[in-house]
Amino acid sequence: MRLDHLFAGLCWLCAAPALADVSLHAVYLRQETVPPPTLSNLDPVPEDLGVAGVELGLADNQTTGRFLGHDYTLEIVSVAPEGDFLAGAREALGKSDFVIADAPANALLALADLPEAEGALLFNATAEDMALRDSDCRANLLHTAPSYAMRTDALAQFLVSRRWTKTAIVKGTQPSDEAYAAALEASMVKFGLKPGPVKTWAFDADMRRNASQEVPLFTQDFGDYDVLLVADEIGDFGRYILYNTWEPRPVAGSAGLRAETWAPVVEAWGAAQLQSRFTAATGRAMKPADYGAWAAMRSLGEAVTRTGASDVATLRDFILSDEFELAGFKGRPLSFRPWNGQLRQPMPIVHAEALVDQAPLEGFLHQTNELDSLGLDRPESACRAFTE
Amino acid sequence: MPRLIRTALAATALLSSAPAWAEEIWVTNEKDNTISVIDTATLEVTRTIPTGERPRGITFSKDYSKVYICASDSDTVQVMDPESGEILHNLPSGEDPEQFVLAPDDRHLYIANENDAVTTVVDTETRTVVAQIDVGIEPEGMAISPDGKVAITTSETTNMAHWIDTATHELFANTLVDSRPRHAEFAKDGTELWVSAEIGGTVTVFSAADQTELAKIHFEIKGVHPDRIQPVGFEFTDDEKTAFVALGPANHVAVINAETYEVEDYILVGRRVWHMAFNADKSLLFTTNGVSGDVTVIDVKSREPIKTIKVGRFPWGAALRP
Repeated sequence: MRLDHLFAGLCWLCAAPALADVSLHAVYLRQETVPPPTLSNLDPVPEDLGVAGVELGLADNQTTGRFLGHDYTLEIVSVAPEGDFLAGAREALGKSDFVIADAPANALLALADLPEAEGALLFNATAEDMALRDSDCRANLLHTAPSYAMRTDALAQFLVSRRWTKTAIVKGTQPSDEAYAAALEASMVKFGLKPGPVKTWAFDADMRRNASQEVPLFTQDFGDYDVLLVADEIGDFGRYILYNTWEPRPVAGSAGLRAETWAPVVEAWGAAQLQSRFTAATGRAMKPADYGAWAAMRSLGEAVTRTGASDVATLRDFILSDEFELAGFKGRPLSFRPWNGQLRQPMPIVHAEALVDQAPLEGFLHQTNELDSLGLDRPESACRAFTE
Repeated sequence: MPRLIRTALAATALLSSAPAWAEEIWVTNEKDNTISVIDTATLEVTRTIPTGERPRGITFSKDYSKVYICASDSDTVQVMDPESGEILHNLPSGEDPEQFVLAPDDRHLYIANENDAVTTVVDTETRTVVAQIDVGIEPEGMAISPDGKVAITTSETTNMAHWIDTATHELFANTLVDSRPRHAEFAKDGTELWVSAEIGGTVTVFSAADQTELAKIHFEIKGVHPDRIQPVGFEFTDDEKTAFVALGPANHVAVINAETYEVEDYILVGRRVWHMAFNADKSLLFTTNGVSGDVTVIDVKSREPIKTIKVGRFPWGAALRP
């Protein structure tokens, strides 16, 4: 129906308020990185990763805003791989008190600790590092990206529910692989599983055959286990572990069965609409980094919609209050943990072709909110910046 | 035993393939591309009729000579002859029609286009689009006042009820509700508008005269986490003193006193209950349970579920054919 556009154009005017009386300008601050080389080129990192998510969040906010006289604008500050991130951070903070960031943990802390960031509201859309939700938390930094623990707790709940209690771990050599493997082990302990043996995949120059030929031998000495867990956060070797293990066993973790904040196979709870809006705008599937950026932008929008304000203090208070709820297309309202600024969210457990389950799984109870069975709970978090 | 006689008659009708005159509930099966037809006397599925892709909203014309079906993924509203089950023609509906409402003039359909952020008004006689109205993101719930002067679209991501003047096809008010508004209905001679919010977990009641909020209804079920209580479709009894509200994955239907706005009861039904329809005398209520693929029959007087009827995959909409 291309008639749509004609009519839409006409009626846009009649619905629009005369003047925007509340406006919010946000900056998306990105530290560009050169992705490490991987064995396969099947899944290149999209150039607009994260950016496309925040832009969709902006469009969603603008649609709501035009009925309320609320105006939203967005600017993107992208720092080249070898560029000066702090200069970019200052530039971003010079433009707005609302900064949504896609940057590694150390860069995020440098951003949050800038004098200019005092009184700003920052969102971490992509970094999963535990310390940012723990001893290194900052009161001006909220997290829409899940922590490693939220992903691995989701997976551990699944292992428990399926009674896949005997595990083995293969981990890569990237810092993110180490962090993810550590989170896996901690999650297993948290849910009563005994972590199994760990081997490191470090076949760089010594690898004489292709990965698929190495894997059977590599996994032969694990003995018996129920599931092989892979820590390969950059997507290097994990895909070659599947169906190549010595024992016929399922693979989970960074490859195979994965717990992610978002995946193309998520379609229930209205998710199909978000996916199709995203794909229509970008021509590709929505990735976790896009979802984190979208959720940050939408959180700001939701807070403006409900409070009618656009100042940092009002929005931050509202976002961290019990009243805040974001419809995140995952079947439950999303909200922020007031003790460390982490977005509570269900974690879809997926493989490439379907959603398998969604954590928190049935039976994993919590005294206040089942979503808090995923990630650092209040008693475990050393974060005090939010309560002081 | 009148029921027995009706059963016998229905059976005879089936055998002789004569036109069914039994009172029926028509249920759209979102992931089967079919309609299951339930005989309200026997509480059995008597027919399964193929439709376009992803059928959701369903409604009959006033004289029940036509049934309109939102075939969302076929991007059309199908017009079917309920006697033969044949598609008479398709209506231009805009993209991804999800729900609609037939105006009191029995002629104009107001259709929510979920993927397009517009509400489309279609003249069912000339089969043309009369207007398209820009609304919020993911429009879904549709209602029209009894005098036909006000149409409502709820938008799931914008979290609003949009009030449309049907004379000018312009929005004259936008009222915020809680997250993911799903369904809207006018009540009490059009003086009240009820809107359910799925993720917000509430039903908001507005005064239709000035769009002020009269009440917000909350729900609480022992042993069910508040996040799982997600109000979607609802229906009123004839006297409009009672409303039944489907609570989605809470797997219950709430019974609300529509005068005090208090919840009186919760009735256990199948999994992820979406929408519902009464039989003609409103003694039975049929709820579509998306995940369990069945329909729960509730005895309205006793407020007890009396039967579960297996239908197709992901039953969604329901409509009465008396």
